[in-house]
Amino acid sequence: MSRGRRQALLAAVLLAGLGVAAVALAAPPSGIVHVPGGSKISRRQLGAGLFAANCASCHGPMGEGVERANNRGAGATTAQGPSLRGVGELAPDFYLRTGRMPLNHAGEEPERQRPFFNSREIAALSSYVASFGGGPKVPDPHPDFGSPAEGLSLFTEHCAGCHQVVGEGGYVPGAKVPVLQHANATEIAEAVRTGPFLMPKFPKSQIGEEDLNKIVAYVLASRHPDDEGGLGIGHLGPVPEGVVAWLVAGFALTGVCVLIGSRLKR
Amino acid sequence: MSRRRAELLVAVLLLGVAACAVMFIVVYAQSWAHLTQYLALCLGGALALLGAALILAGEKLFPAEEEAVEEDYPPTEHPMEQYEANQLLAETAERFTRKRLLAGAATAAGAALGAALVVPAASLGPLLDTKSFYYSPWRRDRRLVNEDGRPLRAEEIEEGTFYTAYPEGAYRDELAAPLVVVRLDPEELEMPAGREGWTPRGIVAYSKICTHAGCAIALYRDPKFAAAEPGPALVCPCHYSTFDPARGAEVTFGPAGRPLPQLPLLVDSKGDLRAAGQLSGPVGPAFWGVRTRRPSA
Amino acid sequence: MIRRALRFLDQRSGAAPALRKTLHYAFPDHWSFLLGEVALYAFIVLVVTGVYLTLFFEPSTAKDTYEGSYAPLQGIEASKAYISVLNISFDVKAGLLIRQTHHWAADVFVAAIVLHLIRVFFTGAYRKPRELTYVIGVLMLFTALLEGYLGYSLVDDLLSGMGLAIGYAVGLSIPFVGANLMLAIFGRPFPGAPELWSRMYIAHVLILPLLIGGLLTAHLALVASRRHTQFRRKRVPSEVKLVGLPAFPAQAPRSLGLLAAVAAALVLLGGLVQINPIWLWGPYHVSQGTNGAQPDWYLGWLIGALRLVPHFDVVVWNRTLVPNPFWGGILFPTVVLVALLAWPWLEQRATGDRRFHNALDRPRDAPLRTAIGAGFLTWVVMVFMAGASDRMLVWLGISYMSQIWFYRVAVWIVPFVAGFIAWRICLGLKAMEEVEAERARAEADPEIAL
Repeated sequence: MSRGRRQALLAAVLLAGLGVAAVALAAPPSGIVHVPGGSKISRRQLGAGLFAANCASCHGPMGEGVERANNRGAGATTAQGPSLRGVGELAPDFYLRTGRMPLNHAGEEPERQRPFFNSREIAALSSYVASFGGGPKVPDPHPDFGSPAEGLSLFTEHCAGCHQVVGEGGYVPGAKVPVLQHANATEIAEAVRTGPFLMPKFPKSQIGEEDLNKIVAYVLASRHPDDEGGLGIGHLGPVPEGVVAWLVAGFALTGVCVLIGSRLKR
Repeated sequence: MSRRRAELLVAVLLLGVAACAVMFIVVYAQSWAHLTQYLALCLGGALALLGAALILAGEKLFPAEEEAVEEDYPPTEHPMEQYEANQLLAETAERFTRKRLLAGAATAAGAALGAALVVPAASLGPLLDTKSFYYSPWRRDRRLVNEDGRPLRAEEIEEGTFYTAYPEGAYRDELAAPLVVVRLDPEELEMPAGREGWTPRGIVAYSKICTHAGCAIALYRDPKFAAAEPGPALVCPCHYSTFDPARGAEVTFGPAGRPLPQLPLLVDSKGDLRAAGQLSGPVGPAFWGVRTRRPSA
Repeated sequence: MIRRALRFLDQRSGAAPALRKTLHYAFPDHWSFLLGEVALYAFIVLVVTGVYLTLFFEPSTAKDTYEGSYAPLQGIEASKAYISVLNISFDVKAGLLIRQTHHWAADVFVAAIVLHLIRVFFTGAYRKPRELTYVIGVLMLFTALLEGYLGYSLVDDLLSGMGLAIGYAVGLSIPFVGANLMLAIFGRPFPGAPELWSRMYIAHVLILPLLIGGLLTAHLALVASRRHTQFRRKRVPSEVKLVGLPAFPAQAPRSLGLLAAVAAALVLLGGLVQINPIWLWGPYHVSQGTNGAQPDWYLGWLIGALRLVPHFDVVVWNRTLVPNPFWGGILFPTVVLVALLAWPWLEQRATGDRRFHNALDRPRDAPLRTAIGAGFLTWVVMVFMAGASDRMLVWLGISYMSQIWFYRVAVWIVPFVAGFIAWRICLGLKAMEEVEAERARAEADPEIAL
């Protein structure tokens, strides 16, 4: 093949590749269906339509849960999901606004990402799910009523074992525990009450409203811990400290040794 | 760089050291925020400039033209002195007629005296008395209370969460004191033999101290959808020993070598949770008698 | 003026001959010979900052209420030890700077010793007549590990309290005597008697520093008396003649400059990069724990070992003969310590080489030693890496259980691979040198036409 032809072929392949990439990136996440109709349809209709298209394949058409089914649902999902009876608005609001639901496969860990639905859709879905069997409403925490100081001891007692004492996340066998840097006050309160995925839930009898305010205040404050000593380096303790000792001090001082040493010629 | 230039530069660096050190003193007297950082920059800067001055002086100013020195490595040994020392020691030893007797007596004296001097170390702790490992503040009818001292009521213990409980009226900072309490579906429980009646209404209580290395069991894994998620588990954050609360806290992952000791529970007439007896085994990390008896009050 | 001072000194002490010898003392010249000095200077910083801290620290576990200036912890109940460290951090001017410099110095001290040990090992500096110097050095390393552990455990914060419980469990796991030994040290079962804190304190500020100081003096005296080893030089019989820089005027300013540089690095870290922010962790309680708790870096090899061992206790007739933490917490470090201590004599027996050595090997000159050293180091480093698997899960998303299983197998295989690779590299480098030498010889030979 002549040089000119080769260049042309290469250019064509590149362009084709770019085109495919553009199409792939532009496509919406597979399986999410939005209900057309905008503001003309009622909230209940919106909720029902969204639920039927996006949730029913795993959670059942009336939210009764699906133990195990052989057919695949919308967007090629594997149908299997817990019952939503009695979860109220609290749980769906939490999962939807943190982008943890809808899930691609049952059993995979729900992770925080951009929400798939807008606020109106979330509200509609939440109230529709709440209609299955009642349940708690979206909580309204008041972190300004709670002191982060008291929140520290509550947080350490109930939460630090999984989330790390400054909310930097961690590990529990079966899941990666998320960092708490991104959740707002409502989401924190919702997570505490519903216990998403493998997290335990903490009812009012255990963590009352006042204590919840303190915990929320602490989590919000822990985003900007008091770094009196200098650069925070992750607030994780000895792991980043060891990295700094070796990579910063180690390199610098070895560098000084190299600078000073080896004066005499061999 | 010529010598004169180098001398000037070293002088400038040393003046820089002085300036930074004075700044340190001035900054010390202030009440600024981030004082630690400013102090570090002043003192660290002074030391860094001092280092630079010394190294530069070492490169350029101090050395004479011919730098290297040669010398012999020291002799490998000193046979003459070894011989003389040996002579003196050996000759003195020769004069003793009863060598073996005296050597034996001296060894006995030295060993016994050494032992005697070391023996007061036994006062450091109850060296031979290991009863205290089996102490537990739990006994029959002792009430379980929470962090604030409020009694735990059986009807308030819900599934899906975990509680820390302490013995009412007892000192808390003992290893045997804290418990982790969870409620499970009674149908799901598979307790070891002999523990019938230890779990009223599916409420189970275990020692909160890991049997591997003594950290607090601060994690509880609670699945929302049992069909697709791993079962409930109590987990220790230190080395991730995982205990199954439905099966007498047997170890399912991680390095712990024995299950968590379980406390039998009863619900009293008022509905409060109380201990129904002693823990099923000693608390915390293993030692050699750890499987031989249950704790006692 | 210098002459007058020297005269005064010599007349009153007779020290002039010694001074003259010291000034002429020859330092062989290579940058890697300075790593031990870095450790020495870090130790000096530790002692100086440590003395300052003892003027404020209260070694007591008695409970008290915090009333200092750090608002988020006001009113909490904690031990006097913890509260005194909060006071040093927030209410003593320059207190936090000195405290953090002290802690960074400890991390860097051990790192420098490890680098120095690696240099000493791979150049064969431990060979006769320096076996004793080497043994003292290894003992200093392990003493430094204990010293650092006691130091950060004295603060009684959540992280170090968890670490103290683990140390207690490891001690308990020594067969037959573990329980008794721990009862003696702790005074009573964990969390121990009030005397425990006095014991940790006096060990950390007096007993162990004196031990390290004594070992250090012996170490330096032996280095000076046998003189420092050197790399081979051309045209000099390197086993017999030492070529170096005199202490004065060449070496002294550079060494002092290194001291200033080490101190500068530690002070800059001490004020600019936060270390051990105990006010974020909170005080230690037996019933509390946090995810992601780790010991200081130099004990990371032990947490890795503890996490890797599968779950079993060795039980004989219902008595636990060997509790689980023994394998990772006692046996593993003992094997490493004994291997390090015995190595000079193992090598002597294996090679039959009992000569004196003053000249160093380059790593490539001793391929088998380099390979074994590389393998051993890889073994320890892999166990160390296993200890950080939970952070790897959080940062990279790799499953924790898979990592543990990977390390359980890899820790026994990868060291051999690393040793083999090191061996091949040594042979390859030597082969390259021989080819070069051949070429140089050929070029110098007038009879070969090029």
